[in-house]
Amino acid sequence: MKTIANLKIGESAYIKAFLQPDLSLKLLEMGCLPGEEVTLDFVAPLGDPIGIQVNGYCLAMRREEAATVEVI
Amino acid sequence: MKKTPTIALLGNPNSGKSSLFNQLTGLRQKVGNFPSVTVERKSGTFALDHSQTATVIDFPGLYSLYPKALDERVVIDVLSNPQHEDYPDAVIIVADASNLKRNLLLFTQVADLGLPVVLALNMLDVAEDKNLKINAVKLAMKLGVPVVRINARVGEGMDNLKKAIQETLTVNTGFQKYYFDPAEQFPELIGEVKQQYSLRNNYLALHYVQQHDIFSFVSPEKRAALDGLIQKHDFREHGFQAAETMHRYALIDGLVKDSVTTSNFIPKPLWTRRLDDILLHSFWGYAVFLMVMLVIFQSVFSLASYPMDWIDGGIAWLNDGLKSLLPESTLTSLLTDGLVAGIGGVVVFIPQIAFLFLLVAMLEESGYMSRVMVIMDRLMRKVGLNGKSVVPLISGVACAVPAIMSARSIGNRKERLLTILVTPLMSCSARLPIFTILIALVVPATPILGFFTLQGLTLLGLYLLGTVSALLSAWALRGFVPNTEKGYFVMEMPTYKAPRWNHVGIAVWESVRSFVVEAGKIIVAISIILWVLASYGPADSMERAEAQVRQAQPTLSGVDLDNAVAAQKLENSYAGHFGKFIEPAIAPLGYDWKIGIALLTSFAAREVFVGTVSTIYSLGAEVDEDNATLKDRLRAEINPRTGQPTYNLATSFSLLIFYVFAMMCMSTIATVYRETHGWKWPAVQFVYMTGLAYLLAFLTYQVLK
Repeated sequence: MKTIANLKIGESAYIKAFLQPDLSLKLLEMGCLPGEEVTLDFVAPLGDPIGIQVNGYCLAMRREEAATVEVI
Repeated sequence: MKKTPTIALLGNPNSGKSSLFNQLTGLRQKVGNFPSVTVERKSGTFALDHSQTATVIDFPGLYSLYPKALDERVVIDVLSNPQHEDYPDAVIIVADASNLKRNLLLFTQVADLGLPVVLALNMLDVAEDKNLKINAVKLAMKLGVPVVRINARVGEGMDNLKKAIQETLTVNTGFQKYYFDPAEQFPELIGEVKQQYSLRNNYLALHYVQQHDIFSFVSPEKRAALDGLIQKHDFREHGFQAAETMHRYALIDGLVKDSVTTSNFIPKPLWTRRLDDILLHSFWGYAVFLMVMLVIFQSVFSLASYPMDWIDGGIAWLNDGLKSLLPESTLTSLLTDGLVAGIGGVVVFIPQIAFLFLLVAMLEESGYMSRVMVIMDRLMRKVGLNGKSVVPLISGVACAVPAIMSARSIGNRKERLLTILVTPLMSCSARLPIFTILIALVVPATPILGFFTLQGLTLLGLYLLGTVSALLSAWALRGFVPNTEKGYFVMEMPTYKAPRWNHVGIAVWESVRSFVVEAGKIIVAISIILWVLASYGPADSMERAEAQVRQAQPTLSGVDLDNAVAAQKLENSYAGHFGKFIEPAIAPLGYDWKIGIALLTSFAAREVFVGTVSTIYSLGAEVDEDNATLKDRLRAEINPRTGQPTYNLATSFSLLIFYVFAMMCMSTIATVYRETHGWKWPAVQFVYMTGLAYLLAFLTYQVLK
């Protein structure tokens, strides 16, 4: 299964499903909707957190959080 | 229309909400708390037109009416309760136009509550950088509310905004239609809630269902009754909230389709991309961060010293002037040695505090702070903290009280509690006066590498010591703090902006004003009490002082005699007895009874130390024009037993170390009590910090003496 945490810098994918219900409420409000395109924007110096482009802006999250968002 | 209507200011974080608040109110701001919760409530007044003024309340920034952080709870608590004194007559939603869809989520929620709304479109320049064009007229038609283009940073569009508010207040068109109507899916549940709580709005009824646990105005019995309704109707809170958000976003897609156009969308403006390449770089990111910190501390120490010297000299001049003008009496002594010395101790540190707040405010305004959180998260997690702990820790350099309150943005309970426990180890501005004076006494101002001085580097060393201790303490304490809730790091990365001087200026003014008023009150009060304790003694001990001196040193006369008598009087006073009483406990740290008095009084607040020593030494020592400033008085102070200066290297450094670690601030203790709901954590904090202080000051003195 591929998640946001598996993306490489500049790589895009579409959100398919959320694996963690509580976090999904927060991510939905931030504009991470099923079917939305996400692009990996940056990886912080020590490999974590990461930043994605979604819904027209940049959103940072920890790798473990990114791993709860399945993409295709 | 009410005499003074209340306008609520709502919006996403980073939407320019605070800028708009500053534009509307200028310096007519009041900072307090929302009733019964310790969430900062900023309010102010502004003129809608010649005859009408309005009160505007700046609410915490949030992405939706379902709060994710503690501070955000106050918004739905106020908006759900028409009886609340802050319940608004109209709402301004500030929206980041470069990010319209996400900003409209909150708009549709607030509009569904039936509140009159004006949409203020801000940051249109950033939208333009992203190649977005927004047609406000079309958007207003689609949304059915006034949409005003503003630039909150420079103050454009304020007149139109005020006009729109006025129209909304006078011509209330009434509620139109729901963007999202929960009664479509759960008609019985919503109907029953509306009936039982006499509500008229379906969406408000939904919030009763979803969020009654955080409503301060709903009694425990009613909460239980709502839980019963949820079960009866088989309502799934979680799934329904997710469905609501998705429904709203789908609707917003349609709403903005015609009004937002783009030819070649750029998700990240060029300058933000370039700066991120450097500031998030694995080497340059940390290098820049360290440089920024270094420049802050160096400028606080060296640039602020000029105005501080002027103020210090001015206070001494004022004191001498008053003493020569006024007849010698108890009242004169109270005025000069008590009051002016005490006030001088506060006023002299305004430049340093202003500098610190200025630089911290600029980092926040520019958007750089979010990058710091990102590059620090991994490191902070190693010691049990969170990247977001950086803000409380850096703000802790100004004052631990707002810093501890800002830890609420950390969603994870354990990481938040650890942040609260270690933040007071960051050297706050109240320690700065003590550091400054002691360093200036024993460290020479030798220049190093041109820009830096040995004094500046020593100060930096103390700040680093505080920071490293904060991190190590977090690491040591992390095993003792339970983890009960899951929190997230998910955070928007704002575009970079040049800080606006007027906004930074207001932030600095507010901070300095509250420091002078709040800290000043305590310091002046303690200065006066101390003057009394130092001027009077048990029975006739003060009267005996002169006889004692004449007996011990019969050859003394003139000024020398006066000084010796004054010193003997201080020793015989209540304060002297007090200091002598604790001297055995602090002698191993290298302190005498005079320092003991200062230590005890500064358990109320550290900054009192300087006021105290200036009161003690102006009473106990000779005062002529050559050694009128506090620094000179301390330097002239001689330890009668050793014949050496009291403030030698060992004692001064022992004091510096003590003040780095000791938990000496009533306001901080009270804040930690409020934030952690009990005495357990403030007690833990007090014991571990003060224990560290005693131990490390002892070691320092024994090694250096």
